[in-house]
Amino acid sequence: MDINLLTLTSILFVGAVVAGLIGALSGLGGGVIIVPLLTILLKVDIKYAIGTALVSVIATSSGAAAAYVKEGYSNVRIGMFLEVATTIGAVTGAWVAGWLPAETIAIVFGFVLLGSVAMALRGHPEGEIGEKPDPLALKLQLNGTFPTPNGLQSYCPTHVPGGWAMMFVAGILSGLLGIGSGALKVLAMDQIMKLPFKVSTTTSNFMIGVTAAASAGIYLNRGYIDPVLCMPVLLGVLLGALLGSKILAHAKVGVLRVVFNIVLAALAVQMIYSGLTGSL
Amino acid sequence: MPETPNAWTDERIDQMLGNLLRTGVVLASVIVVLGGVLFLMHDGTQRHDYSVFRGEPREYRQPTGIVADALKFDSRGIIMLGVLVLLATPFARVVFSLVTFAIQRDPIYCVVTAIVLVVLSYSLFYKG
Repeated sequence: MDINLLTLTSILFVGAVVAGLIGALSGLGGGVIIVPLLTILLKVDIKYAIGTALVSVIATSSGAAAAYVKEGYSNVRIGMFLEVATTIGAVTGAWVAGWLPAETIAIVFGFVLLGSVAMALRGHPEGEIGEKPDPLALKLQLNGTFPTPNGLQSYCPTHVPGGWAMMFVAGILSGLLGIGSGALKVLAMDQIMKLPFKVSTTTSNFMIGVTAAASAGIYLNRGYIDPVLCMPVLLGVLLGALLGSKILAHAKVGVLRVVFNIVLAALAVQMIYSGLTGSL
Repeated sequence: MPETPNAWTDERIDQMLGNLLRTGVVLASVIVVLGGVLFLMHDGTQRHDYSVFRGEPREYRQPTGIVADALKFDSRGIIMLGVLVLLATPFARVVFSLVTFAIQRDPIYCVVTAIVLVVLSYSLFYKG
């Protein structure tokens, strides 16, 4: 688009506020919205888009994690143990992204976004909470407690190797696509390791910043991270996410959530289409 | 055993961790805003085509180059310094965890955290 940088900055800022808001309300996070916003709507090259998205992902997840850690939901040991998998995965993903054509990355992105939307719309089935002591989990001190209205409840994860493997995949996708991979991280903890949902979501959030940083350094070195794009997007997404969390605390957003997820599904299809037709 | 205020309990560590993360994000945002204002005042009327990937100039690709540019009050360099502070926040968080696990004498988690730190360092100081 032939516009000056002030105009571009303004459009990006407004778009990023909306992305942060939708990210918070849809439960998908900002990263998966930034990439389609930049590539499809503003015709920015996908490499710049991924670099910019990674930076905003680190900002929103660190900001949110600061609050959750203090509330006592996140499990720092589980987070750290699984971060071994996600960071190695993220470096692998960033490395793979270096030689995959942009079209392929767009198609993978579209399918991952569709999968995340499906998971968000499905909601979380009330899974059982693992309480039986798992020897490996105990050896790694992964058991913990979290606050409930009836006092502290204890939990102990199961299927630790399976959860770890899923986290490796989440890390690869994060590094490849510039997203937080929150949906997959929650799936690994909530469904495979049988952790309480609130512990899974907050620990996932806690991990996203470190995971994204593990690929962001490589993207920085490759010149994918542009100050002019990052400035409005980073600030806008942070503001949008903050507004979103305030709205979530005060209003029921059931219908909005569905609408936003349908919009995201449409963006996902558009990404796949652009990738297939080479019109990125 | 009664808890002293200075005990390295998990709860207290969580509070400090939360403060560390918040400080990093706020500091990064303030620096980016400063750089952004400078940038828009000077270069807001410039044009740039982002639909073609050219890659950033060499000085914005490495922490040392970014700091050097920011010190010259180059507005893009200042924004990148903010981005760098943001990238350093998770890094600092992991370093902090390594220190606390060491104080708690938790050898397994010292090793786990050290591995994460090595991977992060590899990325942050990556030379392609």
